[in-house]
Amino acid sequence: MDFSYSKTEELFLQMIRSFAENEVKPLAAEVDETERFPMETVKKMAKLGLMGIPVPRQYGGAGGSVQMYIMAVEELSRVCATTGVILSAHTSLCMAPILENGTEEQKMKYLPKLASGEWIGAFGLTEPNAGTDAAMQQTMAVDAGDKYILNGTKIFITNAAYADVFIVMAMTDKSKGTKGISAFIVEKGFKGFSIGKKELKMGIRGSATCELIFENCEVPKENLLGPLGKGFNIAMKTLDGGRIGIASQALGIAQGAMDETVKYTKERKQFGKSIAQFQNTQFQMADLKTKVEAARLLVRSAAWKKDKGLPYSADAAMAKLFAAETAMEVTTKAVQFHGGYGYTREYPVERMMRDAKITEIYEGTSEVQRMVIAGHLFK
Amino acid sequence: MNIIVCIKQVPDTTEIKIDPVKNTLIREGVPSIMNPDDKGGLELALQMKDKYGANVTVITMGPPQADLILREAFAMGVDRAILLSDRKFAGADTLATSYALAGAIKTLDYDLIIAGRQAIDGDTAQVGPEMAEHLGLPQVSYVIDAEREKNGNFIVKKENEDSVQTLEVEGKCVLTVLASAFEARYMTVAGIVDAYNKEVEVWGADKLDVDENKLGLKGSPTKVWQSFPKQLKAPGEVFEVSEEEAVEIIVNKLKEKHLI
Repeated sequence: MDFSYSKTEELFLQMIRSFAENEVKPLAAEVDETERFPMETVKKMAKLGLMGIPVPRQYGGAGGSVQMYIMAVEELSRVCATTGVILSAHTSLCMAPILENGTEEQKMKYLPKLASGEWIGAFGLTEPNAGTDAAMQQTMAVDAGDKYILNGTKIFITNAAYADVFIVMAMTDKSKGTKGISAFIVEKGFKGFSIGKKELKMGIRGSATCELIFENCEVPKENLLGPLGKGFNIAMKTLDGGRIGIASQALGIAQGAMDETVKYTKERKQFGKSIAQFQNTQFQMADLKTKVEAARLLVRSAAWKKDKGLPYSADAAMAKLFAAETAMEVTTKAVQFHGGYGYTREYPVERMMRDAKITEIYEGTSEVQRMVIAGHLFK
Repeated sequence: MNIIVCIKQVPDTTEIKIDPVKNTLIREGVPSIMNPDDKGGLELALQMKDKYGANVTVITMGPPQADLILREAFAMGVDRAILLSDRKFAGADTLATSYALAGAIKTLDYDLIIAGRQAIDGDTAQVGPEMAEHLGLPQVSYVIDAEREKNGNFIVKKENEDSVQTLEVEGKCVLTVLASAFEARYMTVAGIVDAYNKEVEVWGADKLDVDENKLGLKGSPTKVWQSFPKQLKAPGEVFEVSEEEAVEIIVNKLKEKHLI
């Protein structure tokens, strides 16, 4: 068993840390404050190949590992959780299902442009009445000869306003329940497809979260992703992978809050000494550090299994559950350690606490993760 | 065009602490990095590669661990990497170092040699210029810009303390470069994935065009007698402002440091 980073991963870490520190961190507060999608950062990431890390070379990707991809999400989220989720949704929720389920034609058509970052990807499963109960899809797809006609609405879609390609779930046969759900690749210009209202959110405020509206939207037959009626399976597998990404995002947020708190408590003096010298600070921080490291091992282990082609569904759920709850705990305590300053926007821990909350909710709430883990435990 | 860039692995001096008793550098746990001016030089070479098309070779002299900066150079886009590593090179001062590097370069085809102005560990700024002397080449130090003319000459901008000179250099030359003028590119992801699949050529003294008596400790006329830290005093900041503004600046500074 080897817990160390490979030489390639070490080199990658050097690059992504420096990129995050120099290109992403300086924008984080402003992106949050103005709820602005950091397109210039996405372009810079595209130039370096960060938008296609785990995609094989033959499809225009960098040919890296899942491990490298989740390291990127962690390091970006450490300074800006918005940037972390843009990459995570693009990679895990759009490119991965095409790579894993697409025909050769679909892969050749979509992956090179997504992996190069020319296009941004998104994923549409959630609906107003189908959240955790994702099987209750009301978006319908009707077979119309050479195309499908989609009608319905998706909500809370990450990257939506800036995405070019969407993986969309819709009912092709309502009588079959989850086996009547199919997956489609929808392009932004398709007739009858539009982007609805943008959500005003508590955190990750730079990521453009919007509705997708399908009004007699025409999707060519060849854009069915995977077999007819397999959409629910594809969605669940996609979310398994996505959870490793969100777990890394949560881990990054937690690490970022740790970094800020160590720095602050060493500088901040009360009662004649730095607050880092108080045992209360030390013991609490020791507990938090232990949890962050435990989360990191869970995340890395899930990614390692995905890289090896081993089953990782329960691992991803455990990683996400633990990392998300750790992120919430660490950031909440980070604000507490910062006292009044921590409650202001002068210090990044305020933003980090708001950003952390979503990791307990999206791509399966913590409750869903417990369901998944228990499902594996009692099967 | 063939460009050779000389690079060095150095301890990241921004992370270095000094042992208060022994007055020596505590190197333990300090990360090793590519020397910033050398990285600037590498960036200049890669910009020329983008602009004119070129084959870029990096050379470093150092222990086997120096392999790391050569991998980094691969991931930034260089074509070939050579590590000069041999016990015979050990203990080299700037003269013996520049001699070994020149001995390696003599065996290669090149149109231009680029080095960083100076390394952040030794701060001598001697290796580049000495190398030019060993090779009998013209040199320009403190370079902030360089272009290649059609006739093979280089138009080079050199930064002096209070002026910038533009020089034309005939043919092959050595340029020593300032990091501040060339913001180094990031490694690409694909470059990183490939970096360890490429070959770093490891050369011993026998591969070089040199007199072995002039290498390493034997070839080094200088020795470091003693190192000690300078008593550092914060430089302070000077503001020429009105009284009101001065009060505001002072209050803000005190707040920044959580003193009020």
